[in-house]
Formats: sequence, C-alpha cells, structure tokens
Amino acid sequence: MSARDEILGRIRAARPEGRVAVPREYRTVHAADTDLVGLLVDRLVDYRATVRRCGTDEVAATVAELLAGVPRLAVPPGVPEEWLAAYSGTVVRDGTPRPLTVADLDAPGLAVLTGCAVAVAQTGTLLLDAGPDQGRRLLSLVPDHHLCVVHTGQVVAGVPQALARLADPTRPLTLVSGPSATSDIELNRVEGVHGPRRLDVIVVDR
Amino acid sequence: MSGTGNIVARLPFPTAARNELADAQLRANLRRATHTIRDKRQRVVAEVSDWEALRVAGAAIKDDVLARLPELLEQFEAAATAAGATVHWARDSAEACAVVTELVRATGSTEVVKVKSMATQEIGLNEALARAGIAAVETDLAELIVQLADDTPSHILVPAIHYNRGQIRDIFARRMPGVDLAALTDEPAALAEAARRHLRAKFLSAKVAISGANFAVAETGTLAVVESEGNGRMCLTLPETLISVVGIEKIVPTFRDLEVFLQLLPRSSTGERMNPYTSLWTGVTPGDGPRTVHIVLVDNGRTDTLADSVGRQALRCIRCSACLNVCPVYERVGGHAYGSVYPGPIGAILSPQLTGAGANRTLPYASTLCGACFDACPVRINIPEVLVHLRQSGVDAERRRPSAERTAMRAMSWVMRDRRRYAAALRAARRGSAPLRLAAGRRGVVRRLPWPLSAWTASRDAPLPPQRTFREWWAARERDNTP
Ligand code: SF4
Repeated sequence: MSARDEILGRIRAARPEGRVAVPREYRTVHAADTDLVGLLVDRLVDYRATVRRCGTDEVAATVAELLAGVPRLAVPPGVPEEWLAAYSGTVVRDGTPRPLTVADLDAPGLAVLTGCAVAVAQTGTLLLDAGPDQGRRLLSLVPDHHLCVVHTGQVVAGVPQALARLADPTRPLTLVSGPSATSDIELNRVEGVHGPRRLDVIVVDR
Repeated sequence: MSGTGNIVARLPFPTAARNELADAQLRANLRRATHTIRDKRQRVVAEVSDWEALRVAGAAIKDDVLARLPELLEQFEAAATAAGATVHWARDSAEACAVVTELVRATGSTEVVKVKSMATQEIGLNEALARAGIAAVETDLAELIVQLADDTPSHILVPAIHYNRGQIRDIFARRMPGVDLAALTDEPAALAEAARRHLRAKFLSAKVAISGANFAVAETGTLAVVESEGNGRMCLTLPETLISVVGIEKIVPTFRDLEVFLQLLPRSSTGERMNPYTSLWTGVTPGDGPRTVHIVLVDNGRTDTLADSVGRQALRCIRCSACLNVCPVYERVGGHAYGSVYPGPIGAILSPQLTGAGANRTLPYASTLCGACFDACPVRINIPEVLVHLRQSGVDAERRRPSAERTAMRAMSWVMRDRRRYAAALRAARRGSAPLRLAAGRRGVVRRLPWPLSAWTASRDAPLPPQRTFREWWAARERDNTP
C-alpha cells in the first residue's frame, strides 16, 4: 500500500466522530471612530520603522527626503513615476529592460521602493501581495533599505479585515511588521538580521 | 505505526533532569529568558479584548481539522498540485528523510539552506542528509548557534535559549569561519550582524532550500511560514527548489482561518503584536520564487495520537512555546532533560504519544500539574488533563511494575524540593497567565483553573482534594507512597 493510502486509512480509523462547529465570536469589525492611521503609525514606530505622513501632492518630496544619500533605487514595474519625480539618484525598474538579479539587488547603496496591498493598524503590519507596485518577493527582501508607501484607504483595523481584502490569496504574500529582527538572544527583540534593516513607511492621506 | 526520530528520549526524564539541574549557569539563563518572554506575552495578550474568543475559535478550528483530516488532506493535495507543487507522503521519520534526501540528490546539490522547522528536527533530517553527503545549513540565528556549538535545541522557538549573550559570542568566536573578531562583542546587535555576514553568501547562491510550515491551507494549497529574521524569506524566495516538510496536523480548512492563528501565534510565541515576517505561498508562481516546489506530508506517530480521545488534543498545537515559557519545571531543568525536540509541557504529552513507549514513559511525570500551561495555550490544550490521562494509562499498563512511576515521582520531588525557588516559580507562572483570567472575567465568564485530579483518583486509592496546593499534595503523596 502506498504511504498516502496507508496514512489516510489510519486517519479514517482513528479520527473522532461527528462535525465540530467553529464559534467565531472574535472581532471582525471595529468601531468607525478609531484613529486607525494614528494606531498604525504608533505600532510602526514601536517596531523602529521610520514613518512620515504626507498629502498626495507631497509623496515625491517625502520619497526624496527619505532617500537622501541613496544613489540607486530599485522599483517594481507598477510604481508610479510621480513618486520618483524628486529623487535625484538612478532608478532601476524590475523588468525594464530585464528582470533584476539577486546581484543587482545586493549591490551596496541600493534601496527599494514599493507600495502595499493593505496595512493592519493593530499590529503595524504591511501586506505585500505581488501587485504591480510591489512586484516579486525578492525586491523587498534583498536590498537593505525598504521604503513602502501606504495610502490611508489601505489601512484596516485588524488581521481579519486585512486578509478579507486580498484580491487573490494564492499570490505570493509577505506580511512585514517592522525591520528584520530576532528574538533569539535572551528573548529580546533586536533589529537587523537578514531582511532589510531599515524600513521607512510613508503614509499618504487621502 | 509509532513515530521515530529525535523524539525518543535516551534517558528517563528524572535522570536527565538531575544532570541538567547541576548546571547553575543554565538555570540562570533560562530563568532570565523565560521571565522576559512571560512579561512580554502578558502585555501583548492583555491588549487584545477578544483573546478568549480567539482561543476558543483556534481550538475549534483545529478540532474540526482532526475530525475531517482525510478529506482536508486530499483537498490540500489537490489544490497544491493544481498550483504546481508536488506532494509526497511519509509514514515515519525514516521515510520522510529518504524522500527529502532523494529530492535533494536529484537536484545535484550537496548543500541546502534550512529554515527552522520542528518537523525536520523531529525526523532527524540534518543527520540523514549528512549521511548522504549533503550539508544542511541552519539559517535561523538560534539554530545556527546550536549547530555551531554542536549542541541540540532546548526550546521549540529559541533552540539556543540555554545560552546567554556572552556564551553565544564565544561560540561564534571559536566556530564561525571567517568571523570578524574585532567587531564581535556580546552586544546582541553585533552578534546578529555576524550571523548576517556569515550566511549572506549562502542565501544568495543556494539552489535548494528546506522548510517546514506553520500552516497548510486545504482550500487553496497554501503554506505559511512565520519568522523574524528574514532567513525564512531568503530560503523561501531565492533558491530554485523548495522542499517543505509538513506534519499532517498543520492543515487549516480555509484561508480565512489564518485570521485566527496569525493573531494567536505571534503574541503567544515571541510576545509581539506580529512577528517581523510571514510568508505565504501557493505552489509555483512563475517568475517569483522557486521553480520547483515539493511538499512532504509526514505522519510519524500522529495517527496514533489521533486515536486517543483525550490525548489527541495535543495535535492542536501550533508550536508557539508559551507553555514552555510559563512552566516551573521547564524553567528549572531546561529543554535537554526531556530528551526530545519537543520539550516542556507540550513535549511531556506529545513525545510519549508520538513514540509509544521507552524512556518517554517518564515524561508525563515532568510536571507539577500547576495549570499555567493550559492558561497560556492559545489553542486551549488541556495539558494537565492529558498528563493525568497518560500517567493513568501508563500506571494501568504497568500495574505489576509501579517502580518506574515511583522513581519518576521521587525525582520530581527532588527537582522541586527547594521550597523557596519552587514557590517563586509557581507564583511567576500564575502571574504569567493572569491577563487571561482578567479577560475572561471582563466577559463575565467565570472560569476556574482546571484541576483534573478527579481523573487521577480514578486509578488511585487516596482522593485528592482540589483545593490543596501542589506542595501539600506532593507532601501527602510522598508519605503515602514511600515504599
Ligand atoms: S501546547 Fe499550546 S502553548 Fe504549548 S506550544 Fe503548543 S500551542 Fe503553544
């Protein structure tokens, strides 16, 4: 008998009888008057991300300010040109003319700019779902500095609302909560291991 | 078929515990680390007003999974296969190791990068790969420390919890090839930097990665890995081939169910609102990540555990380690005494059920039944209830030879003899679970600490009044049972 058939047969013999009802009395909606954006900013700062809030017409200037001294910037295919208008360094766009390689992205002095799909206020989490302004997973992973633009309309209260917003859960998903960190030394959180050690977040009011 | 691998203790718990107790540095390190994490967990759990409702939902989802496991596994297999993954099945650790070794061989690689995974530790995969001439490089910081030190893990979340920063510095200085000694201090940031430099080239050039998975979604065929450092993302994204070893109980029915576990797990494990990185992937995505994706579904004693109507709740476990961190026994003896990759309260109920017998038979005695583990458990596993159940079946099975039990009990008394230290540990454990009680109180639900001693008395002569403290109960037991 194949391992598959044997295991499934053993489970059929061993499993409990009957159906189990799942009570879902936890919160999936939150009061409309909560200052979600303020909460998100508070959580991000707590993780030691750098946070800026600005209006829609100030994104380019804020991007340029946060990237002062950064000579090269990688962007996924769908990052809008207007975010880049005030940045004076070199912009390399994934896929134009060719996909960026790991070596391209590992070059010193390179940062990456992406958008996000949705942000969770209570946990300070940015969800990337490989949408056009987020691109392939390695873009936000290999560079040491990740700059992420969040629109206030993308901010939800909790994890349930965030997962419900995803267009397609089978796309590669990455949940980012602060810069790379470890709790492995005496169980204290220390920032900076393998992922980007600097995370900047621009929250755009609209 | 019983489970095999790194879950079978070589020494009975009392013997192993005596060895570990002699190490004062170990006890100091454990005490410091577990108290840090207890306080953090308590803070982040207290800010979630619906924590109790999340626990109830988490437990029910997992119970539902156990009741529908064959259908859900088939659904998972079909969805993952449709998304481009190849699904394999393994009855036990030897079969799982053979499957993975063959898959790595087929790629031609002699080195693989690994994301920390309990399943691969359980089946002894690194040792099996080494026998086949394949080097497995652990990339999680704590796993790396343990691997460099040629040691074994002592905690399911932080395998190097028994080392303090000074000891970690010394291990890196002696064992990490090419480490920059001038920059290497015992500052956690400097240690993290050394690990980053050490592993970077390996990440960027690795052709094969091996991971576990925290969750496997039946509906979509999606796997999830919850991590902190970004080593997981590196392994899951950059290599050409990804092999994930997944226990059959890791299934959740729907993508939506993750909304419960992604709230319960980070707060319970590292005491954070959310861990830095969580990756979810479904089969192969052209142009993004590995081109070849394998999933190995492992039984290794899980179906035996499923057959026990009381013990099967251990299969709800999401490996958060909260029960270890609040356990007064774990705090004193550390993880190695349990002789399994699953130490602490969950190990005391999981290892003996996965493996059947042997030295693991003493593990259900590695507890004071104080109940702190149940209060901390995000999926409401009633660990004391299972412990009592396993002790009882052990006693019944060995009625002619009660000496193993008595030896275990006597050793436990030795572990817990120092009244002052034990009382302090117990107080701390109770403090650690206080927010849960408060949360329950606010919602008007009166829930008492479970004291499952009625089950205990079923195979005993002496009744055990539930209001007695452990020490009182213990002292009475000692008197009654002295041979
Ligand atoms: S038994 Fe519960 S508390 Fe312990 S590791 Fe498993 S889920 Fe966490």
